[in-house]
Amino acid sequence: MTESILQIEGLRKEFGDLVAVDDIDVTVREGGSIAIVGESGSGKTTVAKMIVGLERPTAGSIHACGRDRSTPARSTAERRRRGREVQIVFQDPYTSLDPRQTVERTIDEVLRLHHGWDVDRRRARVLELAELVGLDARQLRALPRALSGGQRQRVAIARALAAEPRILILDESVAALDVSIQAQVLNLLADIRDETGISYVLISHDLAVVRQLTEETVVMWRGRVVERGPTARVLDNPQDEYTKRLRASVPRPGWKPRRRAHVGVGEETEER
Amino acid sequence: MSAARMARHPGAAPFDGGATTSLLEVEDLVVDLPVEGAMRRVLHEGSLSIGAGEAVGLVGESGSGKSMTARAIDRLLPPGAAVGGSIRFDRKSVMALTGAALRRFRGEVAMIFQDPRAHINPVRRIGDFMTEALRSVQNVPDAEAERRAVGLLESVGIQDGRRRLRQYPHELSGGLLQRVMIATALLTQPRLLLADEPTTAVDVTTQAEVMAILDDLRREFRLAMLFITHNLELAAAVCDRTAVMYAGQIVEVRASSRLHDDPLHPYTAALAAARPDIAVTANRLVAIPGRPLSAFEAPPDACAFAARCPHVRDQCLERRPALIELDGGLTRCVRAEELRGHMGSEEAP
Repeated sequence: MTESILQIEGLRKEFGDLVAVDDIDVTVREGGSIAIVGESGSGKTTVAKMIVGLERPTAGSIHACGRDRSTPARSTAERRRRGREVQIVFQDPYTSLDPRQTVERTIDEVLRLHHGWDVDRRRARVLELAELVGLDARQLRALPRALSGGQRQRVAIARALAAEPRILILDESVAALDVSIQAQVLNLLADIRDETGISYVLISHDLAVVRQLTEETVVMWRGRVVERGPTARVLDNPQDEYTKRLRASVPRPGWKPRRRAHVGVGEETEER
Repeated sequence: MSAARMARHPGAAPFDGGATTSLLEVEDLVVDLPVEGAMRRVLHEGSLSIGAGEAVGLVGESGSGKSMTARAIDRLLPPGAAVGGSIRFDRKSVMALTGAALRRFRGEVAMIFQDPRAHINPVRRIGDFMTEALRSVQNVPDAEAERRAVGLLESVGIQDGRRRLRQYPHELSGGLLQRVMIATALLTQPRLLLADEPTTAVDVTTQAEVMAILDDLRREFRLAMLFITHNLELAAAVCDRTAVMYAGQIVEVRASSRLHDDPLHPYTAALAAARPDIAVTANRLVAIPGRPLSAFEAPPDACAFAARCPHVRDQCLERRPALIELDGGLTRCVRAEELRGHMGSEEAP
């Protein structure tokens, strides 16, 4: 139990009458990586937001790096400590960067806030982080609008890593990238894990990306965990009906998409 | 089309050797768009044919020109666009169609888009949206148009069509709205459907459902389809042939069944290798170095993929390769023949 870097117990979130997340338990061991899989409305992004502190749980507990973070931070120091421990990279690199801030300043701001280093040390670290994610000196001086989607996502990753988090939440972070760029970013994430021992929580609907980056998988459907286990087992030998259908929906050579029953009277959304 | 022309333009010949006449024939299509006062090339000499009832995939990364190709075919390019080459539908040129003739053509070549919410008027009822073309272009009476709409909603798996016609777009989920768009596109009984990433914004299980519906409808109505996607696996799984685009150029056209195991262009091979595999965790993904080029960045006198290609040689930098025929497919690679069977590896023969 002491080795777990992230421990979530009985987590629940209600929005009015809607139960978005219903009694979720998740444990990630230090250096381990977990995927939370499910479709839109399954509650996976709400879980991510509660881990970072962007949503407050209705019930249950979240412990990261041994400290409880299920209630709002009581002090600035506590809030910063939480920010340092857990960082997040969002799906859309076009809306998650400040359009008026150069890449250099974007990363430097995080270093100043979290580490209080002097200018020289911060500058050296900005260069190290840029090197790590594959951004050159010209791109460091650029504004986000001059960068491609893949480059922006590298900036978002470098900014997240600047805090030296022990847990990085990747909320569909590679979903919007072109295939050739996505492979570069996935390799980069694997390298960073090898170098730093960081843990990833990957929120994704892309099962091939899940296979590539994580060893444990949790499958969510309508706010609940319907299946969990080692990623290879969940994907190769799914047990739950929803996981089976999800797996069967992935196109492959010789794939024959299957039609379900008609959408019945009164149903506004897709059924399991 | 004469036999001599066929021979000069192998790209226009259908894959099955010319036994059937192509429904759509695109030859040497070139598109320039005005960008900040200057004309920029967005499509370079594209040739593609689609036979009656055939499904052709059009695959590429963002900015490769796949949507632009579909828009050029359906005459939906922005004002100021300059178009060269030829587009023929049912042997007749569509390049100069205007007014009523253009509206009739769009009834025969219908288009569906990625985001149904962006293409369906949010303040009008589903029924008004669906039957507009029937009522205004084909002068079908309201009751008859509505009856047909309900029938097609049934075909795409929506049973209580009468009620849906009274609803507004915000009352339907994204998956349902995409079905409404598909049903609407089919109301004018088109012979060709241009499907521009219709499943990119929906969940994987909904994607499978939408693809199954399209598959059924294609058989039922003997509908041809140009299916645009960034997902090579999806295109290969559902289309008879697949065309791959890079930097505004078609670089390969291949029977989908052979695309993965025997690609004819290094870019296709690299694209397939870069995708993670759902069945295996790779030690390292084979990433393509650099970034995809836009059409206007493509060098005029070299292969557009040369800078990122593991198989590049001096001859690749001498001129832009033509789209040549090879083993029943087409490729824009001068080394295609010697590289066959070795594309997946870094080691050139």
